[in-house]
Amino acid sequence: MNKNRKSRNFMQLSPGWNAFSNATAALFSLLCVFPFLFVVLISFTDEKTLATNGYRLIPEKWSVGAYSYVFETGDMLLKSYGVTILITVVGTLLSLFMISLYSYAISRKSFKYRRFFSLFAVFTMLFNGGMIPTYIIVTQVLGLKDSLWALIWPLAMNAFYIMILRTFYMTSVPDAIVESGKIDGAGEFKIFYRLVLPLSLPGLATIGLFSTLGYWNDWFNALLYIDDPNKVPLQSMLMRIENSMSFIQQNSANSSISLEVMQSLPQDTARMAMVVLATLPIIFAYPFFQRYFVSGLTIGSVKE
Amino acid sequence: MAGFLKNVMRNRVMLLMVLPGAAWFFFFSYMPLVGTIAAFKEYRFSRDGFWQSLINSENVGWRNFEFLFSTDAAYIITRNTLLYNIAFILIGLVFAVAMAITLSEIVNKRLAKVYQTGMFLPYFLSWVIVGYFVFSFLSMDKGLLNSILSQFGVSSIQWYNEPQYWPYILILVSLWKMVGYNSVVYLAAIMGIDRSLYEAAMIDGASKWQQIRNITIPLLKPIMIIMTLLAVGKIFYADFGLFYSVPRDSGTLYSVTNVIDTYVYRGLKTTGEIGMSTAAGLYQSVVGFVLVMISNYVVRRIDKDSALF
Repeated sequence: MNKNRKSRNFMQLSPGWNAFSNATAALFSLLCVFPFLFVVLISFTDEKTLATNGYRLIPEKWSVGAYSYVFETGDMLLKSYGVTILITVVGTLLSLFMISLYSYAISRKSFKYRRFFSLFAVFTMLFNGGMIPTYIIVTQVLGLKDSLWALIWPLAMNAFYIMILRTFYMTSVPDAIVESGKIDGAGEFKIFYRLVLPLSLPGLATIGLFSTLGYWNDWFNALLYIDDPNKVPLQSMLMRIENSMSFIQQNSANSSISLEVMQSLPQDTARMAMVVLATLPIIFAYPFFQRYFVSGLTIGSVKE
Repeated sequence: MAGFLKNVMRNRVMLLMVLPGAAWFFFFSYMPLVGTIAAFKEYRFSRDGFWQSLINSENVGWRNFEFLFSTDAAYIITRNTLLYNIAFILIGLVFAVAMAITLSEIVNKRLAKVYQTGMFLPYFLSWVIVGYFVFSFLSMDKGLLNSILSQFGVSSIQWYNEPQYWPYILILVSLWKMVGYNSVVYLAAIMGIDRSLYEAAMIDGASKWQQIRNITIPLLKPIMIIMTLLAVGKIFYADFGLFYSVPRDSGTLYSVTNVIDTYVYRGLKTTGEIGMSTAAGLYQSVVGFVLVMISNYVVRRIDKDSALF
């Protein structure tokens, strides 16, 4: 212990440079968090003082009016929350199910077609039909327009996650365990969920969190496939509000329409309150996310 | 044939395991490849489904591509996509490495961890949320930036209508979101460097700065090259959210915010030029494929383990 500390002292930065490094890192770190804090402050500002003062760091008058407004007229927000939670839960479970099976199979040396199915997955990372062909297939062949499945299926698989998890199985599930299961007479499925799954929980947790974050933050699929206002997830609802706002600003000459639309939209502070409420779950889950993301990054880098 | 069936039977459990995923890839990745035929058609959506739409749409050969490349659009979106990505890659690399080195040198490791936690946060937020953040700074009448400028007697700027500022804004926002994430990768690599190298350098009287220049950076070089090459492989793909949500889809900014992805999206949803947009998307896929193959080949030559495949 003592020796360790000595060697660290020996290599340490001089106090001046250490202070400089601290200041630089602290400043950048603060810059990264600042916009969120700023939006929180705005959401607690009184609407009238905001209209005259603009967005201020220290509001002239504090108020929780925005939040009570959002909760009173919260139908839209509540519905979107529901949609987002639903697609996040169903989507994450579905993708864990499909990804773990697929990557387990192609990690097994005894599977004759493993090379074919590895390539079948990897090729999708290299070449894709693009946005419009995908749109055509999803709407015209699968008929998912305005269906919640259009928010779930497109994000359910991902070749990159498959490669990460395959590597994880290969490095942290010893062949001997699978063999011992076989000797005990267990079938392949039983071996998978009795022996392999428990061992691969850290890998699954990483993929699960990637996937959860992907679903929670997704708005692009809703932008493409969802018109029904009852099926709009959280991020997409915020997007819609933003779009109508800029639409009004760009067409303010057309005042008769815009006044009506304007009144139906949440006010400045209420919008920021919604942003805060949409972000809070991520802030709370953040410690988990951070830990598993860092380990996920290192899993990804120790490839076979 | 009999041998094949025998193999299928022998592998049936494994085949059953890949079936759901393989079906997904078939529908969501391979079927769209068939859909790229739309690039060679005057595509019209028919009520009777995909095949009927294909049959009813007139064949136009390469005309969609000719139209696309005869307008300014192809040039502008290609230029924007490439230049922004080059800027993100180069500036992002410098900042991420610099920040990783700074974090690794900080004496108090607890504090370094706290800083890192803050830097990592933007990566977890969606572009829509980031769009709102940016708006709180750039709003014409209420934004923080204009009220700071007014303190210095500068009159309000209509940020969302002034294209000349946006290359800087977009680069800043992209850095803000990605530097923390990328620096984690480099920080992990720095932590893996053998400490005795630094001790030896100290004994030889090397200053901290010399150690960074002659030990840390050279040892980070392979991973810097690999990360950069992997990014180069994706250089033809833009981050849709950054270019669509952050500028609030403002029409006056299209000259500097329109990239291939946003162009294709608008072709589908607003202008309705399906054929031409599909052509643009196919152009992106083909060039993107060539680039990713080249960069992967180069990565393989440098370090086999880091290659994509």
